[in-house]
Amino acid sequence: MEGSFITTKFNYILGWARKYSLFHYPFVTACCGMEYMSAACAHFDIDRFGAGWTRFSPRQSDMLLVVGTITQKLAPVLRTVYEQMTEPKWVVAFGTCAVSGGIYDNYAVVQGIDQIIPVDIYIPGCPPRPETVLNGLIKLQEKIQKQQQEWRWKRRRY
Amino acid sequence: MEKKKILEELKQRFQDKIKETSVQFGDEVLVIDKDSLLDIVNFLKAEPYAYTMLLDLTCVDDLGEEPRFEMAYHLYSLSNKHRLRIKAQLSEKDLSIDSLTSVWKNANWLEREVFDMFGVFFKGHPNLSRIFMYDGFEGYPLRKDYPLRRRQPRIPLRE
Repeated sequence: MEGSFITTKFNYILGWARKYSLFHYPFVTACCGMEYMSAACAHFDIDRFGAGWTRFSPRQSDMLLVVGTITQKLAPVLRTVYEQMTEPKWVVAFGTCAVSGGIYDNYAVVQGIDQIIPVDIYIPGCPPRPETVLNGLIKLQEKIQKQQQEWRWKRRRY
Repeated sequence: MEKKKILEELKQRFQDKIKETSVQFGDEVLVIDKDSLLDIVNFLKAEPYAYTMLLDLTCVDDLGEEPRFEMAYHLYSLSNKHRLRIKAQLSEKDLSIDSLTSVWKNANWLEREVFDMFGVFFKGHPNLSRIFMYDGFEGYPLRKDYPLRRRQPRIPLRE
């Protein structure tokens, strides 16, 4: 019991550190990219919430922003990008197309990226307003704070 | 240039190769025999008509009718500022028509698109392969008998 107190506190601190240092990788394919740019740049500025650093390499990022329509042709690419990211990693489905396919209910478009990769936060809207994006980011930070953190020397019970 | 003039001259020159002529929304429309497409197009591209630009090339699927498919070519003359539409009907049994890549370079990708979406074969095309859909995709998605909800994922989907 006394040992678990330290573990719990460490878990809390790690969550606090992780939620305010999200490096994000924008996987931008469509018009939602405009709203992403708006949210990321000075007017709305997601740097205020600790997600300021855009890394254009999935290997250096924690948060995958899937912004826009994902077609069946692009699906293997998205999965490769997700697999290239190092743990811990979170995925945000940004906009209706990434959430559910949106208006593109047809032969070419994946009906929601959760059919390809696990998703943590869904941000609806076509395209979502930057305020919605910030709201989604805050929701993701709450989730990161509350979840069980993984770290390298953590004792695994399996 | 008089609008009636071009249709009448084409009728005189190509006679029964031209099945029908009409004027729709101020633009001339020709319905031609598909085997004489290259002859007519080469004549139109030369002076004096000088239809030097191929604006678009597409296909229409009239499911349940015979002939089922109809190719549509939109030409534009830069010097005369004049448009012309050429249609050619294709039956489902013989889905092939001459390629226009020897006349206009941009026909290359447009014809690949029509091949990808409708399955029309273009005789003499240098690289007739799918342009939008991926390798292994079955069927032609813009045909009216392609099932609306049919999906062909490239990778296995999660549940």
